[in-house]
Amino acid sequence: MGMEILGLPMMYYIAMVAKVLVAFVFVLLTVAYATYAERKIIGHMQVRLGPMRTGWHGLLQPIADGVKLFFKEEIVPSQASTFAFLVAPLIALIPAFITFAVIPFGGVIEIAGYKIPLQIAAYYDTAAGQVFDVNVGVLYILAMSSLGVYGIVLAGWASNSKYSLMGGLRASAQMISYELAAGLSIIAVFMLSGTLSLNKIVELQSGMGGFAWYAFKQPLAFFMFFVCSLAEINRTPFDLPEAETELVSGFCTEYSSMKYAMFFMAEYANMVTVCALTATLFLGGWNGPLTSMMPLLGPVYFVAKVYFLMFVCMWIRATLPRYRYDQLMHLGWKVFIPLALLNIVVTGIIGYFI
Amino acid sequence: METLFFLIISLVAIVSAILVITCKNPINSALALIMTFFCLATYYVMLDAPFMAAVQVMVYAGAIMVLMVFTIMLLNIRVNATRQQSHKVLFSIILGFFTLINTLVIIFKSRAALPTGPYSGDMIKNIGHTELIGKEMFTNFLLPFEITSILLLAAIVGAVILAKKKI
Repeated sequence: MGMEILGLPMMYYIAMVAKVLVAFVFVLLTVAYATYAERKIIGHMQVRLGPMRTGWHGLLQPIADGVKLFFKEEIVPSQASTFAFLVAPLIALIPAFITFAVIPFGGVIEIAGYKIPLQIAAYYDTAAGQVFDVNVGVLYILAMSSLGVYGIVLAGWASNSKYSLMGGLRASAQMISYELAAGLSIIAVFMLSGTLSLNKIVELQSGMGGFAWYAFKQPLAFFMFFVCSLAEINRTPFDLPEAETELVSGFCTEYSSMKYAMFFMAEYANMVTVCALTATLFLGGWNGPLTSMMPLLGPVYFVAKVYFLMFVCMWIRATLPRYRYDQLMHLGWKVFIPLALLNIVVTGIIGYFI
Repeated sequence: METLFFLIISLVAIVSAILVITCKNPINSALALIMTFFCLATYYVMLDAPFMAAVQVMVYAGAIMVLMVFTIMLLNIRVNATRQQSHKVLFSIILGFFTLINTLVIIFKSRAALPTGPYSGDMIKNIGHTELIGKEMFTNFLLPFEITSILLLAAIVGAVILAKKKI
Protein backbone atom coordinates (compact mmCIF):
# COMPACT_ATOMS: atom_id res chain seq x y z
CA MET A 1 0.00 0.00 0.00
CA GLY A 2 2.94 2.26 0.61
CA MET A 3 3.52 3.15 -3.01
CA GLU A 4 1.73 6.14 -4.41
CA ILE A 5 1.53 7.29 -8.01
CA LEU A 6 0.40 10.86 -8.69
CA GLY A 7 -1.24 11.19 -5.29
CA LEU A 8 -3.27 8.00 -5.46
CA PRO A 9 -2.40 4.66 -3.84
CA MET A 10 -1.18 1.80 -6.00
CA MET A 11 -4.25 -0.25 -5.09
CA TYR A 12 -6.44 2.34 -6.78
CA TYR A 13 -4.88 1.65 -10.16
CA ILE A 14 -4.83 -2.11 -9.69
CA ALA A 15 -8.50 -2.10 -8.66
CA MET A 16 -9.50 0.11 -11.62
CA VAL A 17 -7.73 -2.06 -14.20
CA ALA A 18 -9.11 -5.22 -12.61
CA LYS A 19 -12.67 -3.87 -12.56
CA VAL A 20 -12.49 -2.75 -16.21
CA LEU A 21 -11.06 -6.10 -17.34
CA VAL A 22 -13.53 -8.20 -15.37
CA ALA A 23 -16.55 -6.20 -16.55
CA PHE A 24 -15.38 -6.17 -20.17
CA VAL A 25 -14.60 -9.87 -20.35
CA PHE A 26 -17.84 -10.68 -18.58
CA VAL A 27 -19.90 -8.63 -21.04
CA LEU A 28 -18.09 -10.15 -24.02
CA LEU A 29 -18.73 -13.68 -22.77
CA THR A 30 -22.36 -12.83 -22.02
CA VAL A 31 -22.75 -11.42 -25.54
CA ALA A 32 -21.23 -14.57 -27.06
CA TYR A 33 -23.40 -16.93 -25.06
CA ALA A 34 -26.53 -14.76 -25.37
CA THR A 35 -26.64 -15.71 -29.05
CA TYR A 36 -26.45 -19.38 -28.08
CA ALA A 37 -29.02 -18.96 -25.30
CA GLU A 38 -31.39 -17.14 -27.63
CA ARG A 39 -31.28 -19.90 -30.26
CA LYS A 40 -31.63 -22.58 -27.61
CA ILE A 41 -34.50 -20.90 -25.72
CA ILE A 42 -36.47 -19.98 -28.83
CA GLY A 43 -35.81 -23.49 -30.14
CA HIS A 44 -37.29 -25.12 -27.07
CA MET A 45 -40.23 -22.69 -27.01
CA GLN A 46 -41.03 -23.71 -30.58
CA VAL A 47 -40.54 -27.42 -29.75
CA ARG A 48 -37.22 -27.66 -31.59
CA LEU A 49 -33.83 -28.51 -30.14
CA GLY A 50 -31.77 -25.54 -31.29
CA PRO A 51 -28.03 -26.00 -31.97
CA MET A 52 -26.96 -29.52 -30.93
CA ARG A 53 -23.95 -30.56 -33.02
CA THR A 54 -21.02 -28.36 -31.88
CA GLY A 55 -19.93 -29.66 -28.51
CA TRP A 56 -22.22 -30.98 -25.77
CA HIS A 57 -25.72 -29.69 -26.57
CA GLY A 58 -24.15 -27.20 -28.94
CA LEU A 59 -22.18 -25.40 -26.23
CA LEU A 60 -19.29 -24.55 -28.59
CA GLN A 61 -21.64 -22.96 -31.14
CA PRO A 62 -20.70 -19.29 -30.36
CA ILE A 63 -17.01 -20.10 -30.82
CA ALA A 64 -17.72 -21.87 -34.11
CA ASP A 65 -19.79 -18.89 -35.26
CA GLY A 66 -17.02 -16.48 -34.29
CA VAL A 67 -14.39 -18.48 -36.16
CA LYS A 68 -16.63 -18.72 -39.21
CA LEU A 69 -17.31 -14.97 -39.30
CA PHE A 70 -13.65 -14.24 -38.76
CA PHE A 71 -12.54 -16.20 -41.82
CA LYS A 72 -15.24 -14.94 -44.15
CA GLU A 73 -14.30 -12.68 -47.04
CA GLU A 74 -14.24 -8.96 -46.32
CA ILE A 75 -16.32 -7.17 -48.93
CA VAL A 76 -16.46 -3.40 -49.25
CA PRO A 77 -18.92 -2.37 -52.00
CA SER A 78 -17.10 -0.45 -54.74
CA GLN A 79 -19.57 2.45 -54.63
CA ALA A 80 -19.55 2.75 -50.83
CA SER A 81 -18.02 5.70 -48.98
CA THR A 82 -15.12 3.77 -47.52
CA PHE A 83 -14.37 5.71 -44.34
CA ALA A 84 -17.95 5.85 -43.10
CA PHE A 85 -18.46 2.22 -44.11
CA LEU A 86 -15.47 1.09 -42.06
CA VAL A 87 -16.12 3.27 -39.03
CA ALA A 88 -19.87 2.55 -38.69
CA PRO A 89 -19.56 -0.86 -36.94
CA LEU A 90 -17.12 0.68 -34.46
CA ILE A 91 -19.49 3.55 -33.68
CA ALA A 92 -22.27 1.03 -33.13
CA LEU A 93 -20.19 -1.20 -30.85
CA ILE A 94 -18.24 1.21 -28.63
CA PRO A 95 -21.17 3.08 -26.97
CA ALA A 96 -22.74 -0.28 -26.19
CA PHE A 97 -19.69 -1.30 -24.17
CA ILE A 98 -18.67 1.94 -22.46
CA THR A 99 -22.06 2.39 -20.78
CA PHE A 100 -20.96 -0.32 -18.34
CA ALA A 101 -18.57 2.17 -16.77
CA VAL A 102 -21.31 3.65 -14.57
CA ILE A 103 -23.46 0.62 -13.75
CA PRO A 104 -22.85 -0.60 -10.18
CA PHE A 105 -22.62 -4.39 -10.07
CA GLY A 106 -21.94 -4.84 -6.37
CA GLY A 107 -21.41 -3.17 -3.02
CA VAL A 108 -18.11 -2.16 -1.45
CA ILE A 109 -15.61 -4.97 -0.98
CA GLU A 110 -12.45 -4.77 1.10
CA ILE A 111 -9.17 -6.22 -0.16
CA ALA A 112 -6.12 -5.88 2.11
CA GLY A 113 -7.62 -2.93 3.96
CA TYR A 114 -8.45 -1.02 0.78
CA LYS A 115 -12.15 -0.51 0.05
CA ILE A 116 -13.22 -1.01 -3.55
CA PRO A 117 -16.72 -0.17 -4.77
CA LEU A 118 -17.85 -2.63 -7.45
CA GLN A 119 -18.61 0.01 -10.06
CA ILE A 120 -16.01 1.04 -12.61
CA ALA A 121 -16.39 4.83 -12.47
CA ALA A 122 -16.40 5.11 -8.67
CA TYR A 123 -13.98 5.37 -5.78
CA TYR A 124 -14.20 5.11 -2.00
CA ASP A 125 -13.32 8.31 -0.19
CA THR A 126 -11.83 7.26 3.16
CA ALA A 127 -12.00 10.79 4.58
CA ALA A 128 -15.70 11.19 3.82
CA GLY A 129 -16.43 7.49 4.42
CA GLN A 130 -18.65 7.09 1.39
CA VAL A 131 -18.56 6.08 -2.27
CA PHE A 132 -18.38 8.77 -4.93
CA ASP A 133 -19.46 7.88 -8.45
CA VAL A 134 -20.39 9.82 -11.57
CA ASN A 135 -23.28 11.84 -10.23
CA VAL A 136 -24.95 12.07 -13.64
CA GLY A 137 -24.78 8.30 -14.24
CA VAL A 138 -28.12 7.91 -15.96
CA LEU A 139 -27.61 10.96 -18.17
CA TYR A 140 -24.29 9.46 -19.22
CA ILE A 141 -26.03 6.27 -20.31
CA LEU A 142 -28.70 8.22 -22.21
CA ALA A 143 -25.99 10.31 -23.90
CA MET A 144 -24.07 7.21 -24.97
CA SER A 145 -27.16 5.50 -26.30
CA SER A 146 -27.91 8.59 -28.37
CA LEU A 147 -24.50 8.14 -30.01
CA GLY A 148 -25.33 4.56 -31.01
CA VAL A 149 -27.69 5.95 -33.68
CA TYR A 150 -24.74 7.12 -35.78
CA GLY A 151 -23.43 3.60 -36.31
CA ILE A 152 -26.67 2.49 -37.87
CA VAL A 153 -27.36 5.67 -39.87
CA LEU A 154 -23.84 5.67 -41.29
CA ALA A 155 -23.97 1.95 -42.08
CA GLY A 156 -27.20 2.50 -43.97
CA TRP A 157 -25.96 5.50 -45.87
CA ALA A 158 -22.38 4.41 -46.58
CA SER A 159 -23.39 1.05 -48.10
CA ASN A 160 -24.93 2.95 -51.02
CA SER A 161 -27.77 0.47 -51.31
CA LYS A 162 -31.49 1.21 -51.19
CA TYR A 163 -32.29 -1.52 -48.65
CA SER A 164 -29.54 -0.36 -46.35
CA LEU A 165 -30.59 3.28 -46.57
CA MET A 166 -34.22 2.41 -45.81
CA GLY A 167 -33.14 0.25 -42.88
CA GLY A 168 -30.84 2.96 -41.56
CA LEU A 169 -33.50 5.65 -41.81
CA ARG A 170 -36.10 3.48 -40.13
CA ALA A 171 -33.70 2.57 -37.36
CA SER A 172 -32.72 6.14 -36.65
CA ALA A 173 -36.31 7.45 -36.66
CA GLN A 174 -37.29 4.65 -34.31
CA MET A 175 -34.31 5.11 -31.99
CA ILE A 176 -34.78 8.88 -31.72
CA SER A 177 -38.53 8.57 -31.00
CA TYR A 178 -38.17 5.88 -28.38
CA GLU A 179 -35.14 7.47 -26.76
CA LEU A 180 -37.44 10.34 -25.86
CA ALA A 181 -40.10 8.07 -24.39
CA ALA A 182 -37.54 6.03 -22.43
CA GLY A 183 -35.91 9.20 -21.08
CA LEU A 184 -39.25 10.65 -20.01
CA SER A 185 -40.40 7.44 -18.34
CA ILE A 186 -37.40 7.28 -15.98
CA ILE A 187 -37.85 10.89 -14.83
CA ALA A 188 -40.51 9.53 -12.46
CA VAL A 189 -37.78 7.39 -10.85
CA PHE A 190 -35.53 10.41 -10.32
CA MET A 191 -38.43 12.26 -8.72
CA LEU A 192 -38.54 9.51 -6.09
CA SER A 193 -34.78 9.13 -5.67
CA GLY A 194 -33.77 12.79 -5.88
CA THR A 195 -30.44 11.85 -7.44
CA LEU A 196 -29.03 10.75 -10.79
CA SER A 197 -26.18 8.73 -9.32
CA LEU A 198 -26.82 5.04 -9.98
CA ASN A 199 -25.01 4.01 -6.81
CA LYS A 200 -27.40 6.03 -4.63
CA ILE A 201 -30.44 4.84 -6.59
CA VAL A 202 -29.43 1.26 -5.79
CA GLU A 203 -28.88 2.11 -2.11
CA LEU A 204 -32.34 3.66 -1.88
CA GLN A 205 -33.89 0.43 -3.08
CA SER A 206 -32.39 -1.75 -0.35
CA GLY A 207 -34.34 -3.32 2.48
CA MET A 208 -38.05 -4.08 2.95
CA GLY A 209 -37.58 -7.56 1.50
CA GLY A 210 -37.47 -6.29 -2.08
CA PHE A 211 -40.58 -4.13 -1.83
CA ALA A 212 -38.50 -0.96 -1.90
CA TRP A 213 -37.71 -1.65 -5.55
CA TYR A 214 -38.88 1.08 -7.88
CA ALA A 215 -40.62 -1.55 -9.98
CA PHE A 216 -43.27 -1.66 -7.22
CA LYS A 217 -43.45 2.11 -6.70
CA GLN A 218 -43.38 2.93 -10.41
CA PRO A 219 -44.86 -0.07 -12.24
CA LEU A 220 -45.94 2.02 -15.24
CA ALA A 221 -42.50 3.60 -15.59
CA PHE A 222 -40.89 0.15 -15.31
CA PHE A 223 -43.07 -1.28 -18.07
CA MET A 224 -42.66 1.74 -20.34
CA PHE A 225 -38.92 1.94 -19.88
CA PHE A 226 -38.42 -1.72 -20.66
CA VAL A 227 -40.62 -1.63 -23.77
CA CYS A 228 -39.14 1.64 -25.04
CA SER A 229 -35.64 0.27 -24.50
CA LEU A 230 -36.51 -2.81 -26.53
CA ALA A 231 -37.63 -0.49 -29.30
CA GLU A 232 -34.54 1.65 -28.95
CA ILE A 233 -32.18 -1.29 -29.38
CA ASN A 234 -34.24 -2.66 -32.29
CA ARG A 235 -35.24 -5.92 -30.63
CA THR A 236 -38.35 -7.88 -31.56
CA PRO A 237 -41.24 -6.90 -31.72
CA PHE A 238 -39.68 -3.64 -32.91
CA ASP A 239 -36.96 -5.03 -35.21
CA LEU A 240 -38.23 -3.19 -38.28
CA PRO A 241 -34.79 -1.91 -39.35
CA GLU A 242 -33.82 -5.45 -40.27
CA ALA A 243 -37.21 -6.76 -41.34
CA GLU A 244 -35.98 -9.42 -43.76
CA THR A 245 -39.32 -9.76 -45.53
CA GLU A 246 -39.14 -6.14 -46.70
CA LEU A 247 -35.56 -4.98 -46.43
CA VAL A 248 -33.32 -8.06 -46.96
CA SER A 249 -31.26 -7.42 -43.82
CA GLY A 250 -31.72 -3.68 -43.34
CA PHE A 251 -28.70 -1.53 -42.57
CA CYS A 252 -26.27 -4.47 -42.46
CA THR A 253 -27.20 -5.89 -45.89
CA GLU A 254 -23.86 -4.99 -47.47
CA TYR A 255 -21.72 -5.97 -44.51
CA SER A 256 -19.79 -9.21 -44.26
CA SER A 257 -17.26 -10.97 -42.06
CA MET A 258 -16.14 -9.32 -38.79
CA LYS A 259 -17.87 -6.04 -39.58
CA TYR A 260 -21.20 -7.84 -39.69
CA ALA A 261 -20.26 -9.64 -36.48
CA MET A 262 -19.62 -6.29 -34.83
CA PHE A 263 -23.17 -5.13 -35.56
CA PHE A 264 -24.40 -8.40 -34.16
CA MET A 265 -22.29 -7.97 -31.05
CA ALA A 266 -23.50 -4.37 -30.68
CA GLU A 267 -27.10 -5.56 -30.73
CA TYR A 268 -26.50 -8.09 -27.97
CA ALA A 269 -24.27 -5.77 -25.95
CA ASN A 270 -27.06 -3.18 -26.11
CA MET A 271 -29.45 -5.80 -24.83
CA VAL A 272 -27.15 -6.54 -21.88
CA THR A 273 -26.83 -2.80 -21.17
CA VAL A 274 -30.56 -2.21 -21.26
CA CYS A 275 -31.23 -5.19 -19.00
CA ALA A 276 -28.49 -4.08 -16.59
CA LEU A 277 -29.91 -0.55 -16.49
CA THR A 278 -33.45 -1.79 -15.96
CA ALA A 279 -32.26 -4.06 -13.15
CA THR A 280 -30.37 -1.14 -11.57
CA LEU A 281 -33.17 1.40 -11.83
CA PHE A 282 -36.17 -0.77 -11.08
CA LEU A 283 -35.17 -4.14 -9.66
CA GLY A 284 -32.87 -3.00 -6.86
CA GLY A 285 -29.55 -3.51 -8.68
CA TRP A 286 -27.26 -5.75 -6.65
CA ASN A 287 -29.51 -5.72 -3.58
CA GLY A 288 -30.59 -9.04 -2.14
CA PRO A 289 -30.61 -11.04 1.07
CA LEU A 290 -27.35 -11.30 3.08
CA THR A 291 -25.38 -8.80 0.93
CA SER A 292 -24.26 -6.88 4.02
CA MET A 293 -22.58 -10.02 5.44
CA MET A 294 -21.16 -11.31 2.16
CA PRO A 295 -20.52 -8.44 -0.26
CA LEU A 296 -19.55 -10.86 -3.01
CA LEU A 297 -23.17 -12.00 -3.21
CA GLY A 298 -24.04 -8.58 -4.72
CA PRO A 299 -22.66 -9.31 -8.20
CA VAL A 300 -24.38 -12.72 -8.12
CA TYR A 301 -27.80 -11.15 -7.51
CA PHE A 302 -27.12 -8.48 -10.10
CA VAL A 303 -26.16 -11.00 -12.78
CA ALA A 304 -29.18 -13.15 -11.92
CA LYS A 305 -31.51 -10.15 -12.40
CA VAL A 306 -29.84 -9.17 -15.68
CA TYR A 307 -30.06 -12.73 -17.01
CA PHE A 308 -33.70 -12.95 -16.02
CA LEU A 309 -34.49 -9.76 -17.98
CA MET A 310 -32.52 -11.07 -20.96
CA PHE A 311 -34.57 -14.24 -20.80
CA VAL A 312 -37.71 -12.07 -20.91
CA CYS A 313 -36.35 -10.33 -24.04
CA MET A 314 -35.86 -13.70 -25.73
CA TRP A 315 -39.27 -14.86 -24.56
CA ILE A 316 -40.83 -11.77 -26.15
CA ARG A 317 -38.98 -12.53 -29.36
CA ALA A 318 -40.35 -16.06 -29.45
CA THR A 319 -43.89 -14.87 -28.73
CA LEU A 320 -44.74 -11.61 -30.48
CA PRO A 321 -44.94 -10.80 -34.20
CA ARG A 322 -43.30 -7.69 -35.62
CA TYR A 323 -45.08 -4.32 -35.49
CA ARG A 324 -46.00 -2.38 -38.59
CA TYR A 325 -44.10 0.87 -39.07
CA ASP A 326 -47.03 3.27 -38.60
CA GLN A 327 -48.18 1.31 -35.53
CA LEU A 328 -44.70 1.65 -34.09
CA MET A 329 -44.64 5.44 -34.52
CA HIS A 330 -48.19 5.72 -33.22
CA LEU A 331 -47.27 3.71 -30.12
CA GLY A 332 -44.17 5.79 -29.45
CA TRP A 333 -45.47 9.30 -29.96
CA LYS A 334 -49.16 9.03 -29.13
CA VAL A 335 -49.18 6.42 -26.37
CA PHE A 336 -45.86 6.21 -24.54
CA ILE A 337 -44.86 9.89 -24.47
CA PRO A 338 -48.25 11.14 -23.14
CA LEU A 339 -48.34 8.26 -20.63
CA ALA A 340 -44.82 9.11 -19.45
CA LEU A 341 -45.77 12.78 -19.02
CA LEU A 342 -48.91 11.80 -17.13
CA ASN A 343 -46.83 9.52 -14.91
CA ILE A 344 -44.53 12.46 -14.09
CA VAL A 345 -47.48 14.68 -13.17
CA VAL A 346 -49.10 11.99 -11.00
CA THR A 347 -45.80 11.22 -9.25
CA GLY A 348 -45.33 14.94 -8.63
CA ILE A 349 -48.80 15.37 -7.13
CA ILE A 350 -48.49 12.30 -4.91
CA GLY A 351 -44.98 13.32 -3.87
CA TYR A 352 -46.24 16.78 -2.95
CA PHE A 353 -48.95 15.52 -0.62
CA ILE A 354 -47.02 12.71 1.07
CA MET B 1 -2.04 13.27 -14.75
CA GLU B 2 -4.83 15.71 -15.50
CA THR B 3 -2.53 17.93 -17.56
CA LEU B 4 -1.42 14.96 -19.65
CA PHE B 5 -5.04 13.95 -20.20
CA PHE B 6 -5.91 17.54 -21.10
CA LEU B 7 -3.11 17.64 -23.68
CA ILE B 8 -4.21 14.38 -25.30
CA ILE B 9 -7.84 15.50 -25.50
CA SER B 10 -6.79 18.91 -26.84
CA LEU B 11 -4.74 17.25 -29.57
CA VAL B 12 -7.73 15.15 -30.61
CA ALA B 13 -10.04 18.19 -30.44
CA ILE B 14 -7.76 20.33 -32.61
CA VAL B 15 -7.06 17.59 -35.16
CA SER B 16 -10.76 16.79 -35.51
CA ALA B 17 -11.62 20.51 -35.73
CA ILE B 18 -9.15 20.84 -38.60
CA LEU B 19 -10.64 17.74 -40.24
CA VAL B 20 -14.09 19.37 -40.12
CA ILE B 21 -12.99 22.00 -42.62
CA THR B 22 -10.56 19.92 -44.68
CA CYS B 23 -12.59 16.76 -45.31
CA LYS B 24 -13.89 16.51 -48.89
CA ASN B 25 -16.91 14.43 -47.94
CA PRO B 26 -19.52 16.35 -45.90
CA ILE B 27 -20.43 13.24 -43.89
CA ASN B 28 -16.83 12.82 -42.78
CA SER B 29 -16.80 16.49 -41.77
CA ALA B 30 -19.90 15.88 -39.69
CA LEU B 31 -18.23 12.90 -38.01
CA ALA B 32 -15.19 15.02 -37.20
CA LEU B 33 -17.48 17.68 -35.71
CA ILE B 34 -19.10 15.05 -33.49
CA MET B 35 -15.61 14.09 -32.30
CA THR B 36 -14.90 17.75 -31.47
CA PHE B 37 -18.13 18.02 -29.48
CA PHE B 38 -17.16 14.89 -27.62
CA CYS B 39 -13.80 16.42 -26.67
CA LEU B 40 -15.59 19.56 -25.45
CA ALA B 41 -17.72 17.32 -23.23
CA THR B 42 -14.53 15.92 -21.68
CA TYR B 43 -13.42 19.48 -20.89
CA TYR B 44 -16.69 20.03 -19.02
CA VAL B 45 -16.01 16.91 -16.96
CA MET B 46 -12.55 18.24 -16.09
CA LEU B 47 -14.14 21.56 -15.07
CA ASP B 48 -16.37 19.78 -12.50
CA ALA B 49 -19.48 20.21 -14.63
CA PRO B 50 -20.68 16.65 -15.38
CA PHE B 51 -24.24 17.73 -16.16
CA MET B 52 -23.00 20.09 -18.86
CA ALA B 53 -20.90 17.28 -20.30
CA ALA B 54 -23.83 14.89 -20.50
CA VAL B 55 -26.04 17.57 -22.05
CA GLN B 56 -23.29 18.49 -24.51
CA VAL B 57 -23.13 14.91 -25.77
CA MET B 58 -26.90 14.41 -25.72
CA VAL B 59 -27.94 17.66 -27.35
CA TYR B 60 -25.05 18.58 -29.64
CA ALA B 61 -23.47 15.25 -30.54
CA GLY B 62 -26.70 13.27 -30.16
CA ALA B 63 -29.56 15.41 -31.42
CA ILE B 64 -28.33 18.37 -33.48
CA MET B 65 -25.68 16.41 -35.36
CA VAL B 66 -28.13 13.60 -36.16
CA LEU B 67 -30.26 16.28 -37.81
CA MET B 68 -27.22 17.56 -39.72
CA VAL B 69 -26.24 14.07 -40.86
CA PHE B 70 -29.80 13.43 -42.00
CA THR B 71 -29.87 16.67 -43.96
CA ILE B 72 -26.57 15.89 -45.65
CA MET B 73 -27.67 12.35 -46.51
CA LEU B 74 -31.09 13.24 -47.83
CA LEU B 75 -29.94 16.26 -49.82
CA ASN B 76 -27.22 14.00 -51.18
CA ILE B 77 -24.54 16.66 -51.61
CA ARG B 78 -22.01 15.34 -54.08
CA VAL B 79 -18.30 15.41 -53.31
CA ASN B 80 -16.45 18.26 -55.05
CA ALA B 81 -19.76 19.76 -56.09
CA THR B 82 -18.79 23.16 -54.73
CA ARG B 83 -16.36 25.29 -56.65
CA GLN B 84 -13.25 26.70 -55.00
CA GLN B 85 -13.96 30.34 -54.23
CA SER B 86 -10.90 32.48 -53.73
CA HIS B 87 -12.48 35.79 -52.69
CA LYS B 88 -13.53 34.25 -49.40
CA VAL B 89 -9.93 33.45 -48.47
CA LEU B 90 -8.90 37.07 -47.80
CA PHE B 91 -11.96 37.65 -45.62
CA SER B 92 -11.22 34.46 -43.68
CA ILE B 93 -7.59 35.49 -43.15
CA ILE B 94 -8.64 38.88 -41.75
CA LEU B 95 -11.26 37.29 -39.52
CA GLY B 96 -8.81 34.65 -38.31
CA PHE B 97 -6.19 37.30 -37.58
CA PHE B 98 -8.54 39.32 -35.39
CA THR B 99 -9.73 36.18 -33.59
CA LEU B 100 -6.09 35.29 -32.89
CA ILE B 101 -5.38 38.77 -31.44
CA ASN B 102 -8.54 38.55 -29.35
CA THR B 103 -7.54 35.13 -27.99
CA LEU B 104 -4.01 36.27 -27.20
CA VAL B 105 -5.30 39.33 -25.34
CA ILE B 106 -7.63 37.15 -23.30
CA ILE B 107 -4.85 34.66 -22.49
CA PHE B 108 -2.23 37.22 -21.44
CA LYS B 109 -4.31 40.03 -19.96
CA SER B 110 -6.97 38.23 -17.95
CA ARG B 111 -6.63 36.24 -14.77
CA ALA B 112 -6.91 32.52 -15.33
CA ALA B 113 -7.79 31.39 -11.82
CA LEU B 114 -10.31 29.06 -10.26
CA PRO B 115 -13.76 30.62 -10.23
CA THR B 116 -14.71 32.12 -6.90
CA GLY B 117 -18.25 32.08 -5.61
CA PRO B 118 -20.62 29.91 -3.60
CA TYR B 119 -20.31 26.89 -5.90
CA SER B 120 -17.01 25.15 -5.28
CA GLY B 121 -15.82 21.81 -6.63
CA ASP B 122 -16.45 20.09 -3.30
CA MET B 123 -20.01 21.38 -3.15
CA ILE B 124 -20.71 20.06 -6.65
CA LYS B 125 -19.24 16.71 -5.64
CA ASN B 126 -21.36 16.45 -2.50
CA ILE B 127 -24.69 17.86 -3.65
CA GLY B 128 -24.52 17.11 -7.35
CA HIS B 129 -24.27 19.34 -10.38
CA THR B 130 -27.74 18.52 -11.71
CA GLU B 131 -29.38 19.33 -8.37
CA LEU B 132 -27.63 22.71 -8.15
CA ILE B 133 -28.55 23.68 -11.70
CA GLY B 134 -32.15 22.54 -11.17
CA LYS B 135 -32.51 24.54 -7.99
CA GLU B 136 -31.15 27.71 -9.59
CA MET B 137 -33.23 27.22 -12.71
CA PHE B 138 -36.52 26.91 -10.86
CA THR B 139 -35.91 29.67 -8.31
CA ASN B 140 -33.70 32.55 -9.43
CA PHE B 141 -33.96 31.95 -13.16
CA LEU B 142 -37.60 30.91 -13.34
CA LEU B 143 -38.72 33.72 -15.64
CA PRO B 144 -36.02 33.19 -18.31
CA PHE B 145 -36.74 29.46 -18.11
CA GLU B 146 -40.45 29.99 -18.73
CA ILE B 147 -39.80 32.43 -21.57
CA THR B 148 -37.47 29.91 -23.22
CA SER B 149 -40.06 27.17 -22.96
CA ILE B 150 -42.71 29.40 -24.58
CA LEU B 151 -40.25 30.17 -27.36
CA LEU B 152 -39.59 26.46 -27.92
CA LEU B 153 -43.32 25.73 -27.92
CA ALA B 154 -43.85 28.40 -30.56
CA ALA B 155 -41.04 26.85 -32.63
CA ILE B 156 -42.61 23.38 -32.39
CA VAL B 157 -46.03 24.70 -33.43
CA GLY B 158 -44.39 26.60 -36.28
CA ALA B 159 -42.60 23.47 -37.47
CA VAL B 160 -45.84 21.47 -37.47
CA ILE B 161 -47.66 24.20 -39.42
CA LEU B 162 -44.87 24.48 -41.97
CA ALA B 163 -44.60 20.71 -42.43
CA LYS B 164 -48.31 19.93 -42.69
CA LYS B 165 -50.26 21.18 -45.67
CA LYS B 166 -53.66 20.61 -44.12
CA ILE B 167 -54.24 20.90 -40.40
